[in-house]
Amino acid sequence: MATIKKPSVDAVLVGFGWTGAIMGMELTAAGLKVLALERGENRDTVPDFAYPRITDELSYGIRGKLFQNLSKETVTIRHTPADVAVPYRQHGSFLLGDGVGGAGVHWNGHHWRALPADLQLRSTYEARYGKKFIPEGMYLQDFGVTYDELEPHFDMFEKICGTSGKAGNLKGQIQAGGNPFEGWRANEYPLPPLASPNSAVLFEKAARELGYHPFPQAAANASRAYTNPHGAQLGPCNFCGFCERYGCYMYAKASPQTTLLPTLMKRSNFELRTRSHVQRVNMSPDGKRATGVTYIDAQGNEVEQPADLVVLCAYQMHNVRLLLLSNIGKKYDPATGEGVVGRSYAYQLNGGATLHFDKDQPMNPFVGAGASGHAMDDFDGDNFDHGPLGFVGGATINCINTGGRPIQQLALPAGTPTWGAAWKKAAKENYVYQTSVGSQGSVMAYRDNYLDLDPTYKDAFGQPLLRMTFDWKDNDMAMTAFIGSKVEQIAKAMGPKHISMGFKKKGDHYDVRPYQSTHNTGGAVMGTDPKTSAINRYLQVWDVPNVFVMGASAFPQNFGYNPTAVVGALAYWSAKAIRETYLKNPGALA
Amino acid sequence: MTDVPSPGRRGFLRRSIAIVPAAGALTATGFVAGQQVAAQAASAPAAAASPPYTPVYFHAEEWAFIQAAVARLIPSDDTGPGAIEAGVPEFIDRQMEGAFGQAATWYMQGPFVPSSPLFGYQGKMLPREVYRAGIAATDAWCKQQKGGKRFAELDTGTQDEVLKGLDGGTIQFAEVGAKDFFTFLLQNTKEGYFSDPIHGGNKNAVAWKMIGFPGARADFLDWVDKPGVHYPLPPVSINGPQG
Repeated sequence: MATIKKPSVDAVLVGFGWTGAIMGMELTAAGLKVLALERGENRDTVPDFAYPRITDELSYGIRGKLFQNLSKETVTIRHTPADVAVPYRQHGSFLLGDGVGGAGVHWNGHHWRALPADLQLRSTYEARYGKKFIPEGMYLQDFGVTYDELEPHFDMFEKICGTSGKAGNLKGQIQAGGNPFEGWRANEYPLPPLASPNSAVLFEKAARELGYHPFPQAAANASRAYTNPHGAQLGPCNFCGFCERYGCYMYAKASPQTTLLPTLMKRSNFELRTRSHVQRVNMSPDGKRATGVTYIDAQGNEVEQPADLVVLCAYQMHNVRLLLLSNIGKKYDPATGEGVVGRSYAYQLNGGATLHFDKDQPMNPFVGAGASGHAMDDFDGDNFDHGPLGFVGGATINCINTGGRPIQQLALPAGTPTWGAAWKKAAKENYVYQTSVGSQGSVMAYRDNYLDLDPTYKDAFGQPLLRMTFDWKDNDMAMTAFIGSKVEQIAKAMGPKHISMGFKKKGDHYDVRPYQSTHNTGGAVMGTDPKTSAINRYLQVWDVPNVFVMGASAFPQNFGYNPTAVVGALAYWSAKAIRETYLKNPGALA
Repeated sequence: MTDVPSPGRRGFLRRSIAIVPAAGALTATGFVAGQQVAAQAASAPAAAASPPYTPVYFHAEEWAFIQAAVARLIPSDDTGPGAIEAGVPEFIDRQMEGAFGQAATWYMQGPFVPSSPLFGYQGKMLPREVYRAGIAATDAWCKQQKGGKRFAELDTGTQDEVLKGLDGGTIQFAEVGAKDFFTFLLQNTKEGYFSDPIHGGNKNAVAWKMIGFPGARADFLDWVDKPGVHYPLPPVSINGPQG
């Protein structure tokens, strides 16, 4: 029983990162009284990300000062439904966010629009390769929204972020120097691309000479001083090298704090309550409507917060967990394949080559920004013929130099001892000359990769943890083997003295220890069929029309891109449907 | 090669000549990054320049172990400063008293189920407890196997052999995971070597000077378009210039 009951609001937002800030802006603009509940602390550029304290690799990069405190809540992980899951006790494979801005504070700003084919993946593959091409047990689905529908929202989010890049396709006209594979865009990027570090210049030349199409990585790291449509001012990125895992002291990396909060926090119909940990969405007795949420405040009080509209804006995993804890939607069962909440958890499969150059070619790895470098899209999405290759998906290949911080990013040639005199000598001789060529690969959704509630482990409030059942599958291993051959080809063409390849191979199991990607997707996917999706194409829960679910939990499968720009665009798309249709006549939009 | 056992003698700078494994897969160039820094790195100020550190967590025998072990993990030699000059023992002792040693931000609720190493450390013991038990078990093992001497009293070649046994799983203990212990020890040693001097290690930024990392400068707008040019400035700490 709640001990405190608060006055009702028009809309409550659960979580206050990117999607919470976007929804806050859009719903307050529509005149609604909006409340955001954030379980973590308030954070802002000053004092939380100020120089020089933020340049502390140990505290931020390694101990994770800005990340979720796992002692209170984590997830459990296992490889198959037959295994017993154990807790993800320390941060490794992915880095969960916490506090105002969420993971939008400590991302590194790789800004990608989805490819048109990515949003209609099943339709694309069936049309081009036939239904039989899709392996047994793979859940390949369309998003239910098209690129053309999302284009204005991609455009908006780029303007909000002050994204630096070079268009490759302006209204259907291919532009020199950009990504020729990208979907059409109405406008050029708001800012020109970031300068390229030495290693990326070599990568660009090597890839181009091999006949590929490299282009500057689009970066939500402002290359110039910039004022966004809300009047928020961003400063120019200075390549400080402390980007992902850190807040940006230069106001250059787009985050809720640098782009939206200066406006939103001033609006009288907006309220933020931090240290407010939402436990569940409260439902009407018939389960057809949400009546609000219940949260625990900083002092441990249980608070009931009534609301007409509930928008889940937390991280992908937390959104799925809240749906499960609130009994919203049918829980997925891998044995029967029925149910939708927890279905289609996916991840990314990355690889890379570490390159070491001679002493006449310093790479100065400490000169870096989160998204400074070049990428290529030749083997991503359906930009190449999969027919003879026999796998679904692809990867972006890039050379991005983010900072060369020595505890985390010192990379020594394969075969170097991990300690002792030889290790030290290798560190001294190689650090300045190291770089890497990386790949970020898609992971499809499968019948037995899914999320549910753990039967054993509990959070600090006594509620079950989310349980992840996930392992690599042959299709994705075939993808990464193919991509690895391309990465090696490019790496050799860059002319290093030494190359160390790091790609997973068939038979490898998911290892949660090394960092891989904070691009966890699915579990509450969007679509056009309530049997295979938890939310409709407007991100509205099928049978509970006053609950919307933001975030990468909506992705039916993962692609070779960083998800943030798609997550942002989907939030604007959903907000438009709420403002223009739902508020006039609250009910199911699809 | 000689080495002086120095159990419990704080501030004593251990010097040892390292054996470079012949199997090193490196085409070493011997080049020092940042020529202007090279001279300083080669004559790094000794740890004795700062007041001796008194450990807060480790007992005297444990402290002797920590000093001996990190001196083998990152030895002092002609290549550059080792873990002792960098103040790594102080760093580790401070970590034991802080959030890391107490696993303050780790999920530490049971049940604790033995599982594949792929799922990370799944033990019930806090890192500081793993250190305490790991040091005791290693010393007991050494006494039994190596003529009644504790780890810190062994010659450096034998110390390396013991560390390789912990690392490679050939030495096992009943009361604590030998590999868990070694993993924490090596991780913390490298952290202490490369982290900002504000944390007690990397004294005078000696490790940064050696590899050519500018530390907390964190402003390279004027350097991003200088391909193939070595960065000239020495590192700075969050606390300011370093020696």
